[in-house]
Amino acid sequence: MSAKLILSMDGLVLKEIPLTKERTSIGRKPHNDIQIDNLAISGEHSVIVTILNDSFLEDLNSTNGTYVNGQPIKKHFLQNNDVVELGKYKLKYLNETPTQTTAADFEKTMVLRPDLMKKTAEQTAAKAVSPSDTQVGMKALDTQAGMAKPAAAAPAPAAAPPVMGAIQVLTGANAGKELDLTKNLTTLGKPGVQVAVITRRPHGYFITHVEGANFPVVNGATLDAHPRELKDHDVIELVGVKMEFFIKA
Amino acid sequence: MDLSQALQMVSRSDAGMVRSHNEDAVFTHAAMGLVILADGMGGYNAGEVASGMATTLLGSELEKAFQKTAPHQIDAAGKLHSHTVLEAEIARANTAIYQAAQSQPQYAGMGTTLVMALFYDNMMTVAHIGDSRLYRLRGEEFQAITRDHSLLQEQIDSGMITAEEARHSQNKNLVTRALGVDPTVEAEIRDYDTMPGDVYLLCSDGLNDMVEDEEIALTLQALSANLDLAATQLIQTANDSGGRDNVSVVLVRIAREYPAARSWWARLLQWFK
Repeated sequence: MSAKLILSMDGLVLKEIPLTKERTSIGRKPHNDIQIDNLAISGEHSVIVTILNDSFLEDLNSTNGTYVNGQPIKKHFLQNNDVVELGKYKLKYLNETPTQTTAADFEKTMVLRPDLMKKTAEQTAAKAVSPSDTQVGMKALDTQAGMAKPAAAAPAPAAAPPVMGAIQVLTGANAGKELDLTKNLTTLGKPGVQVAVITRRPHGYFITHVEGANFPVVNGATLDAHPRELKDHDVIELVGVKMEFFIKA
Repeated sequence: MDLSQALQMVSRSDAGMVRSHNEDAVFTHAAMGLVILADGMGGYNAGEVASGMATTLLGSELEKAFQKTAPHQIDAAGKLHSHTVLEAEIARANTAIYQAAQSQPQYAGMGTTLVMALFYDNMMTVAHIGDSRLYRLRGEEFQAITRDHSLLQEQIDSGMITAEEARHSQNKNLVTRALGVDPTVEAEIRDYDTMPGDVYLLCSDGLNDMVEDEEIALTLQALSANLDLAATQLIQTANDSGGRDNVSVVLVRIAREYPAARSWWARLLQWFK
C-alpha cells in the first residue's frame, strides 16, 4: 500500500498523486513529477524521497519555502495527514500503512535514516518484496537501545501458528514501537547484558532466558531457566524496559 | 591435556515425533576434546546397537590411545598420530559391528553413520561416514564441513539434480557408506583449523532434513551464548516441523585457544623453522 498526496488549492482538490517513485520532485518547471505552474513555486521547489513506507520531504532552497502544518521545513519526515504548503497550494500526505513511529521517535531514529536514504532503488525493491517490511524500521530501534533484535528469518513451513504475536515497547526511548513476531526466533535485550528469546511454535509463543545474570520478568514474576508460554497482554520486563506481548488478529 | 576449559560441549538426542525409539547415539568428552555422533540403521533395535557400539567403542578406545601418545605427535611414518589412531579405531569398530551383525541373526544388516571430531592443538580432525553432518558457524558464516556419503550428494555432484531439487527428493535416506555393513570401510578424515568463537554442530539427518540450514544458522547465531538452549531449540524446531526421524545434535564452542603442550626443544625447533 503506497502513500499518496492530495493536491489542492483554496479547498479545491486538484489531483491525487501516488508516491510510487523513490524520488518525487515538485516544482514549476515541466520536468518535475508534480508540476505546479505558479510563480510562487520555484523551478525545483522540493522533493519527496520514499523508502518503503516512509516518505521524506526536502526543500530544495526554494524562494518561498516549504511548509508542513504551518511550519517552514528544510527536511521533514512525513506523517499521515501532514499538510505540505507551497505558496497557495496544499499537499496532504496520506499514508494508510499503520505506522507506530511518532514524530518524537523520528528525531532519535534519525541516525539511521540517512543510511536508509542512501539505499539504492534496487535494495529498496528487494526489501519491499520481503515479507518483513517492519524489519527496516525495527533495525533503527535495535541500534538505538539494543532492544528487539530480529534474530531469525524463514518461518517454519508447516508449523506456522494460526495467530500472529507482536511486542509493543511500553517504556524507555522506544516506547510505542511495535515488533511483529513473524520469525521462529526473536531475541530481545542487549547481548552481554541480558538476552531473552521468544520462540514461535505451532501451539504458541514462548519466552526463554538466554544470557545474563538477570532473568526476564513476566507479569511481575521472574522466570526460571524454563520457557514460559506468552499469553495475550503479558507484560515482559527486560533490561529495565517493559513491553507487552499481544496477539494480532 | 585437559581441554574442558577451552571447549564447551552440549549434546541432545531425541526419538522425534514419529519413531518409537531412538537409534541415534552421541558421545562427548570435553577433557579429551572428542565428540561422536552416530545414526544407526537396521531392523528392530539393531540400529541403536550399531550406533551405540560405534560411540562407546570409539570413545573408550580413543581415550586409551591418546593417553599414550598425544594426537598432535607425528608418527614414524610421518603421519599425524590422530589420523593413524582414528583410521585404526574406526576400522576396529567397523569390524566389531560387522561381526556382531554376521553372528547374531537379530542384528543382521545393522550399520551406522558416523561423524566425529577430535579437537587438539588449535585444530580438529573430522572423520565421517554416511550422511550425518558437521557444520561450522564462524562469525556470520555457517557452512557444512562434511559432504554426505549419500546417493543424493552423488547426484548433486554429478549435476543430475540441483541442491534445491534435492530437498524434495525421495532418496534422502540412501547412504553410500556406513560403518559395520561391509568387512572394511573408508572414513573420510580431514583436518581443519579452529578459532575461538567457532561453534561446531554435529547432527543426524533428523535435523537437517527437517530444518533448513538457514534456520539452523540463525538459531545458532541467536543462541550461541547459551549452548544448552541452542541444542534444545534445534531439537524442538525439528520436532515442531514434523520430527519424522530421530534427531541428535552435538554442539561444541571454542571458548579459547588450546595449543598442544610441547617439550622445550620442540618449541625451540619450531622457533628456528
